Amino acid sequence: MPDIDAEFTALPLRQLADAALNRSRELGAEHADLRVERLRSQNVGLRDGRVEYSRDGEEIGLAVRLVHEGTWGFAAGMEMTTEEAVRLAEQAVDVARVSAPVNTDRVELADEPVYGDATYVSAYDVDPFGVPEPEKLALLTDFCERLMAADGVDHVNASLWSVKENKFYADLAGTSTTQQRVRTWPEFTAVAVDRAQGGFETMRTIGPPAGRGWEYLTGVGWDFEAELAELPELLAARTKAPSIEAGRYDLVIHPSNLWLTIHESIGHATELDRALGYEAAYAGTSFATVDGLNSLQYGSPVMHVTGDRVAEHGLSTIGYDDEGVAGQQWDIVRDGVLVGYQTDRNMARLMNLGRSNGCAYADSSGHVPVQRMANVSLQPAASGPSTEDLIGRVERGLYVVGDKSWSIDMQRYNFQFTAQRFYLIENGQLVGQVRDAAYQATTTDFWGAMEAVGGPQTYELHGSFQCGKAQPGQGAPVSHGCPSALFRGINILNTVTEAGR
Amino acid sequence: MSEIAPLLRGQEIVERGLAISRADGCIVLVNDRTEANLRWANNSLTTNGAMRSRHVAVVSIINDAVGSVGRSVSTVDDLALLVSASERAAREASPAEDVMPLVESGDAAGEWEAPPAETSIGVFSSVAPALGEAFGQAKAVDRLLFGFAEHVMTTTYLGTSTGLRLRYDQPSGRVELNGKTGDRARSVWAGVGTRDFTDVDVAALVTEVSGKLDWGSRQLELPAGRYETLLPPTAVADLMVYLYFVSEMREAEQGRTVFSKRGGGTRIGEKIASFPVNLRSDPQEPGLQTAPFLATEVSGQGTSVFDNGMPTGRIDWIRDGELRNLVTPRWWAAKSDVTPTAYVENLVLEDPAGGRSTEEMIASTERGLLLTTLWYIREVDPQTLLLTGLTRDGVFLIEGGEVTAAVNNYRFNESPVDLLGRMTEVGQSKRTLPREWNDFFTRAAMPTLRIPDFNMSSVSPAS
Repeated sequence: MPDIDAEFTALPLRQLADAALNRSRELGAEHADLRVERLRSQNVGLRDGRVEYSRDGEEIGLAVRLVHEGTWGFAAGMEMTTEEAVRLAEQAVDVARVSAPVNTDRVELADEPVYGDATYVSAYDVDPFGVPEPEKLALLTDFCERLMAADGVDHVNASLWSVKENKFYADLAGTSTTQQRVRTWPEFTAVAVDRAQGGFETMRTIGPPAGRGWEYLTGVGWDFEAELAELPELLAARTKAPSIEAGRYDLVIHPSNLWLTIHESIGHATELDRALGYEAAYAGTSFATVDGLNSLQYGSPVMHVTGDRVAEHGLSTIGYDDEGVAGQQWDIVRDGVLVGYQTDRNMARLMNLGRSNGCAYADSSGHVPVQRMANVSLQPAASGPSTEDLIGRVERGLYVVGDKSWSIDMQRYNFQFTAQRFYLIENGQLVGQVRDAAYQATTTDFWGAMEAVGGPQTYELHGSFQCGKAQPGQGAPVSHGCPSALFRGINILNTVTEAGR
Repeated sequence: MSEIAPLLRGQEIVERGLAISRADGCIVLVNDRTEANLRWANNSLTTNGAMRSRHVAVVSIINDAVGSVGRSVSTVDDLALLVSASERAAREASPAEDVMPLVESGDAAGEWEAPPAETSIGVFSSVAPALGEAFGQAKAVDRLLFGFAEHVMTTTYLGTSTGLRLRYDQPSGRVELNGKTGDRARSVWAGVGTRDFTDVDVAALVTEVSGKLDWGSRQLELPAGRYETLLPPTAVADLMVYLYFVSEMREAEQGRTVFSKRGGGTRIGEKIASFPVNLRSDPQEPGLQTAPFLATEVSGQGTSVFDNGMPTGRIDWIRDGELRNLVTPRWWAAKSDVTPTAYVENLVLEDPAGGRSTEEMIASTERGLLLTTLWYIREVDPQTLLLTGLTRDGVFLIEGGEVTAAVNNYRFNESPVDLLGRMTEVGQSKRTLPREWNDFFTRAAMPTLRIPDFNMSSVSPAS
């Protein structure tokens, strides 16, 4: 396992913590924590095989969050000095004082064991920031050129986003953690333009972002080379595909598409802060209100959904969250019934849920930690069917691969998704792609219509770097594992008809 | 990073960075940012903060190749490392496609030597007590208030090896107030954008929210379908901002957007709106002022690092209902023989003939829907710019010129380009806060639009 970067551990982390925490204690804080974060990122974009942009970034800063007379206070800065740490503690108390008139709920935190000098490094082999730039660009350019050379491909867009995240956390209770996580997100899109008719089609790789390093681009965890080799043919088939006839279809959904439906309709809906209304003015609330805990029928009995912050290569996987809570795994939906939420320490205490399950996260030192999504995953059936077996059970339906367009309402009922590829299924056989399809459903109807989940052999981990929530807006990386699954009688729209054409 | 060192001023970073640079060309961009925010839910505070940050980007150009590196720089040592990292990146890169001589003159938009503009939590000193009072009043009538207030001050210092020194102070503020009935069955919204909070009237926002909740005392379930619909300014803003984001000349010329013309070329010159409206951006737009020059640390999406400092004057994207301009960096403009343009961070849609107020438009509606905001807007089909999304925080039925009931929410599927072509009335343009995009786009002025047949694709049970 790689070591935590010496550049980060060489910062005066302990001194900063002592300065901030001592000052917070002197000022009467009931709880105080100091976070120091360094976020390295690299974004590379290529168009038609040429580098359009390449940006290397590093943000570093520190923040004090505290509870003063029952009210939160938060202040963030950037100088790595003990003077700055003291100033931030004082400023956080000021923020708590200005905010006190609008606070009516006394903040208290659920208990958590103390972890002294704990460390965590995520599972990756090759630090993407250690790979020479020319080597990275050569590989990406080669991938793009191969696509460009294929028949029927007019343009190619490619992007690579690499992140290395270092966090130091220390609180008044005595916990102190130092962590390092690496993640990688490559994407390649082939475009076919029909100038005469004025149309165009795209086909994007479905290889997901992952908690892995540069090895991910060279065949570990996903075979991008093989996927890229198939892309032109898939694109060509799409350009020739007939338009879908709107109506009810049975769907077999591949993990590369189903993950996003899980994210939107289960992941967000079971965030306790949403159920409690903390996101009501922005990200929204949830139909899965707390009175439905242990009784709400979320879906069919084959539905078993877990939350975790421990899955290997998961984007939400951590050692300790941003409130010093150790990573865990728990049930969210069991036998189709809602049995759990994602929580942080304040909410866990407020709702008498015992220990927090460790979902506090801030996307930088400049932002306050809020409850963010765990890896929320649909579990496969122990000796469940293959994807082919699931397709074999469908008389007239669609096989859905790769995410594309997505939208869901603010209570997580009504959603609409499109896909990279919809294949028509007739009598248990794939008969080719169709286009212009979108599936639209209500969350509990959709999961209630899930007849079967595939076996472990169909299980894949997909996800995103960019889950958005909170004000000020924060991004969060998250993965969702799932098997292929079979849904009966789902409403399919024709998007050309929807556009009134 | 040194442990203890004085924080360099932004101007010093620019000068020292350029002085250290050994590249053929160099751009140094400093953003000094302070922000303060309050967030509340269920009539009580949830989070808050006062934050300070600095981002420094150095763009080095060596043999036509670009190296762009950004860091939170505090010290001279940090800066030296940043410049060398940027130069190394440039040496390792292949020549850029968008190479142009760096800009040599620009419009100064602030005093170079002045310290950065700042904000603090004190900006809410009158807003916070007013909110506290509003929470008490809401509680007394079994209603809940949720929302967010934020003030951000960003000072940008831009310097180039061609002698440009440009500075701009950008204040951005917003307040969103969401009101719900105690059972959370009904929800409404009001929001404003502001530069300095002196013009924020919390009581007026509370009155707007209360009034809309009162409209919902009668509730009605209506099915999906096409309805005559009044889209208020905030909803129009979210749709037009999306249209603005896909207004890139190169993509259009390559046949890849809704603005591509069948047979090749773009739709510039084509009449796309049913009224002689203008859609424009103008850094000097009163109340919506924004930087009059381009500042970017990366190329892409219609923007080129070589254009840093390029003046961005008023630009009409649509004029007299006709598509006139698309976003075109200098290098592509040179190829296409058009005037270069850049994204400006404000957007105004208006009918120069004026237009009626939203209230007058309601009064002249026999039967139709009045929306409050749109949400979760995503592209379904880029060829037509078909977007999907939800109505949020208040859909109201208008009958005989009056609001008579609150109705359920809907999922819509519509293209903003088609809406411009189908609208049957354009109201008076006024400053508004885009609901969905206000994280990064707060400066807009839009009219209420009347759409004769807005496509409500399905009912959303959300409230």
